[in-house]
Amino acid sequence: MLEKEVTIKNETGLHARPATLFVKKASSFSADIEITKDDKTVNAKSIMGVMSLGAGKGSKVKLKAEGDDEQEAIEALVELIDQGLSEQEGG
Amino acid sequence: MRGVAASPGIAIGKSVLKMEEALLADEREISPDEVDGELERLREGLEKAVEELKELQEETEKKLGKEEAEIFGAHQMLVQDPEMVKTIEEGIKKDKKNAEKALEEAVEQYASLMAGLEDEYMQAREADIRDVGSRVLRILKGKSDEQADLPPDSVIIARDLTPSDTARLDKERVVAFVTADGSRTSHSAIMARSLGIPAVVGLGRDFLKDVDDGAKVIVDGNEGEVFLNPSEEKLKEYRERLEEFEQEKKRLAQFKDVKAVTRDGEEIEVAGNIGNIFDVEPLLEQGGEGIGLFRTEFLYMDREDLPGEEEQFEAYKEVAQAMGDYPVIIRTLDIGGDKDLPYLELPQEMNPFLGYRAIRLCLDQPEIFKPQLRAILRASHYGNIKLMYPMIATLEEVKEANRLLAEIEKELEEEGIPFDGEMEKGIMIEVPGAVMIADALAGEVDFFSIGTNDLIQYTMAVDRGNERIAHLHSPYHPGVLKLIKETIEAGHRNDIWVGMCGEAAGDELLLPFLLGAGLDEFSMSAGSVLRIKELLGFWTREEAKEITEKALELGTAEEVEKFLKNNKKTEK
Repeated sequence: MLEKEVTIKNETGLHARPATLFVKKASSFSADIEITKDDKTVNAKSIMGVMSLGAGKGSKVKLKAEGDDEQEAIEALVELIDQGLSEQEGG
Repeated sequence: MRGVAASPGIAIGKSVLKMEEALLADEREISPDEVDGELERLREGLEKAVEELKELQEETEKKLGKEEAEIFGAHQMLVQDPEMVKTIEEGIKKDKKNAEKALEEAVEQYASLMAGLEDEYMQAREADIRDVGSRVLRILKGKSDEQADLPPDSVIIARDLTPSDTARLDKERVVAFVTADGSRTSHSAIMARSLGIPAVVGLGRDFLKDVDDGAKVIVDGNEGEVFLNPSEEKLKEYRERLEEFEQEKKRLAQFKDVKAVTRDGEEIEVAGNIGNIFDVEPLLEQGGEGIGLFRTEFLYMDREDLPGEEEQFEAYKEVAQAMGDYPVIIRTLDIGGDKDLPYLELPQEMNPFLGYRAIRLCLDQPEIFKPQLRAILRASHYGNIKLMYPMIATLEEVKEANRLLAEIEKELEEEGIPFDGEMEKGIMIEVPGAVMIADALAGEVDFFSIGTNDLIQYTMAVDRGNERIAHLHSPYHPGVLKLIKETIEAGHRNDIWVGMCGEAAGDELLLPFLLGAGLDEFSMSAGSVLRIKELLGFWTREEAKEITEKALELGTAEEVEKFLKNNKKTEK
């Protein structure tokens, strides 16, 4: 199991289109992935779960992955958030 | 029953309740051996829904473009949402419910969860979840997605029309829409206007309880009225009106391809107000000779982030090209007031109409303003585009906006990107203070366009959304008329032309006053264009001047209205 904390940097936060990108990326891995903000934990592959976190700009979230590709999953998702959840390639 | 008149026209037809309303899940307790079968049925239903949505996305992309189709991509994610699927499966496994009921309950649970969140964007997802839920429910019940079984003269009645509904609508059979939710700017209203079908929206949800499938309905999209099971008398009245309406349509059709001219032969520009490319075709059909107001807000609304320069450029270019040599006045972003963009996360204000909006916001946040200015300039190369700044109150605002524009022109030159260096720049006159300094403002721009809706609101200190004081929001108030007259005179003193793009420009009573005051361009909703062209032909400028002068001598809005009514012309 792998865990990593990361801060949301983009203006919109983890809402709407950025949330969609995040969930799409998370869904591309086989590992179980969870995302936690404050004391609320949701499935990172659930668009409704992720949007209902209400993680705006500046929020700290914790990512947790468990499964064969947990390493890649965490790296990819952290990179996506660090790049501001934009649709650029590599993100 | 009265709602919001969302799209003009009259229709008489039979009600068809949209499936979402008619389709309810049957509840059945299942035995333990049925669990696996129900789970399998659910899995197949969800897969089928994803397939349908993929197809719909492709179809819509071809018909309306990528942006419009994206909603069905989002729907695919909702259908496959692991949390919601898990909740449905648990309903089947633990609570021993059939797939339909388990689905309905899960949809209800997540839809209310979204509706209860603070964020407006998330609240709007409620409708998407319900749309997706209805789709899967329909599939589980073994029904197809075709509307082929719609009878002719159908009046579609629904809580709201979703993009899935309008994308598939059969225009041959549907004569009107009626919805419980929605406003003039909601998706269904905009679609109805683009399709040219009468619509009344915002009737309230109680209305749905009173409607039966197959009932006779009259929809009056001009007045925003709906009559269920009308009396013979009402039917007769409306059949006559429909007849009149059709005849008027025929009579007015002669003005479609001719220029608007006064009786003594002076050409006057009659243009239309649009919100997006879908409004262009109907406007041309109605004889519009230009676009006096392209509201760019729709590009920014109902989405999750700002549209980029490229996307805007394409949108403006498309409109400019569709209009050929006709002028297209693009108004820069007029957000704030009653039009919010949730993703900008602007703080709530006590007086939004007097607040941080339109040009104020744009000048304060050049990172929002500049991409739009760049996009407009780039598009100017492809047609007859003019640029207009909204809600100007001070000389500094115009100067600053023009300075930014000049900066961008320089950038484009350096990058070798073509644009129209002679593009006209204008401002909207909506603030009384701006009228008072109109001479100074005229020195900075090529035209004025009077925005009467806001001008009245600011002149009369009346919130135009407040029904209790709505009677004060009148274009006939002599104070408003004097400001209009002064604006036109100031423009002409400084050799610039003056147009009008508010509702008042399409006001039949006010027409001689505006003509007599010297207005050069009238821009209105497409539905009024032909009628105004006809009316202009009844007058000469000289005759109209008398009306203007006399109206300005009157003391109250009521007197003015009465005077204008008494001096209406019904022929040349």
